[in-house]
Amino acid sequence: MRFGSIDVLQHIDLDVREGEFVCILGPSGCGKSTLLNIVAGFIQPTGGEVTIDGERVISPDPRRIFVFQERGVFPWLTAEGNIGFGLFRLPPEERRKRIAHYVNLVGLNGFERAFPRELSGGMKQRVEVARALAVNPDVLYLDEPFGALDSITRLQMRAELLRIWQAERKSILFVTHDIEESVQLADRVVVLTARPAHIRRIVDIDIPHPRDLSAPRYIQLRDSIFAEIGLAHKI
Amino acid sequence: MKKKFEVRSSNEEVRGGGGILHSSFALRTSNLLLPLVTAASSILLWHAAVRFSGTKIFPSPFDVARAIGQLADQSLLWRYIGDSLARVACGYSLAVLLGVPLGILLGWYPDAGRAVNPLIQILRPISPLAWMPLAVIWFGVSNVAPIFLIFLASFFPIVVAATHGVRTVPPMFLQAGRNFGLTAPQLMSRVVVPAVLPRIAIGLRVAFGVAWVVLVASEMIAVDSGLGYLIIDARNAGKRYDLVVAGMLIIGVLGLILDMLLRRAESWASERR
Repeated sequence: MRFGSIDVLQHIDLDVREGEFVCILGPSGCGKSTLLNIVAGFIQPTGGEVTIDGERVISPDPRRIFVFQERGVFPWLTAEGNIGFGLFRLPPEERRKRIAHYVNLVGLNGFERAFPRELSGGMKQRVEVARALAVNPDVLYLDEPFGALDSITRLQMRAELLRIWQAERKSILFVTHDIEESVQLADRVVVLTARPAHIRRIVDIDIPHPRDLSAPRYIQLRDSIFAEIGLAHKI
Repeated sequence: MKKKFEVRSSNEEVRGGGGILHSSFALRTSNLLLPLVTAASSILLWHAAVRFSGTKIFPSPFDVARAIGQLADQSLLWRYIGDSLARVACGYSLAVLLGVPLGILLGWYPDAGRAVNPLIQILRPISPLAWMPLAVIWFGVSNVAPIFLIFLASFFPIVVAATHGVRTVPPMFLQAGRNFGLTAPQLMSRVVVPAVLPRIAIGLRVAFGVAWVVLVASEMIAVDSGLGYLIIDARNAGKRYDLVVAGMLIIGVLGLILDMLLRRAESWASERR
């Protein structure tokens, strides 16, 4: 992948299994968002290709929804309007049921009629996740979705996302620069280098959920990634 | 040494709600009261200035009030106001109906924007009043000339606001819309239009301000009714400066009322963000 005359990504070769939770981890500006945008079909790569179930990705598709930071919710629609945004092909009754189901799943009961400006950052993020899930996609792409949230809300949202992922079994590709976050969430962590980004290592996180964040295995895996990136886990 | 910090919620704080209610009431009164105080003192100052300067030309507030009464008696007041409002309504709505869609298209298709933008940027800074001689030749002494000038005055600010609005729609919204499989017309009606509405509303209000100014000026030349005509006629037909100032005052007050209405529409359009 080239951007102007700068190589952004090189030799990225990655297979993701169905229902797998994969985190793409890398330093800021390394091109991990670009990678996710290519995989989602928003940007055409200058070389190489993305295939899903043998089918080449050339454009975005409702079967695979991209979740932005909470700024991606439509400010002119209520929470339920946002969640139902992609359901325009469904008959009204079915749409209503689907919205109610996902309002419930992300815990927004009582806020269905609220506009985004009336919601907190965490709630807006829930709206966006629900909007994505409502169209029943096979894959979710999340681009640093919790980056703008405060640290307490971020922890809660991680737990929520895992709960939803376990209930709905979507494949998830999750871009983050937060090492702890990646080890808490993912089945596999893909560690990228700085630009031009290539895959430094793929780390299997062989800890079942719910994960104990003080277990020796968690700390071992986390510290191995810190070491991989060249950081001593000390301040 | 030990220090003890305590946070206690006392009855007084619980009653704080009443305080908030009270202060919002106070805010409302002062919203109304302060402008009224200013208006009253301006009229007093005006009166005193006329009185003490002994001017024979500039009318006192009483003269102006009498002049307005006279106009109302001759039923000229309502006819002139009606004529002016009808002209501004025609020219302005035409500008809205053509300007909003054109602006959205120019913002949406970058090539169309690049092609048409230079023309708009050349025509835009020309005061609509500069078109007056041509308007009179083309349309004669009729309602069409002022309507044309009002149209010109409001058209360009509306086009520019809509174009700019579309160009600054956050790319994320468009990306999300495409991701959910919206067709181009759906993307336009379900994402672009609602996203630019607040910006267009601001443009509409700015445009109306210009239109109102141009209306009065155009009525001084091209027609024989309306508030602009009232002013020029009062001066020509007998140096009735009380009527001149009465006309000015009516124009100002009507402009204020219309601006308040548009402000309300604007906050309605942007209240959801």
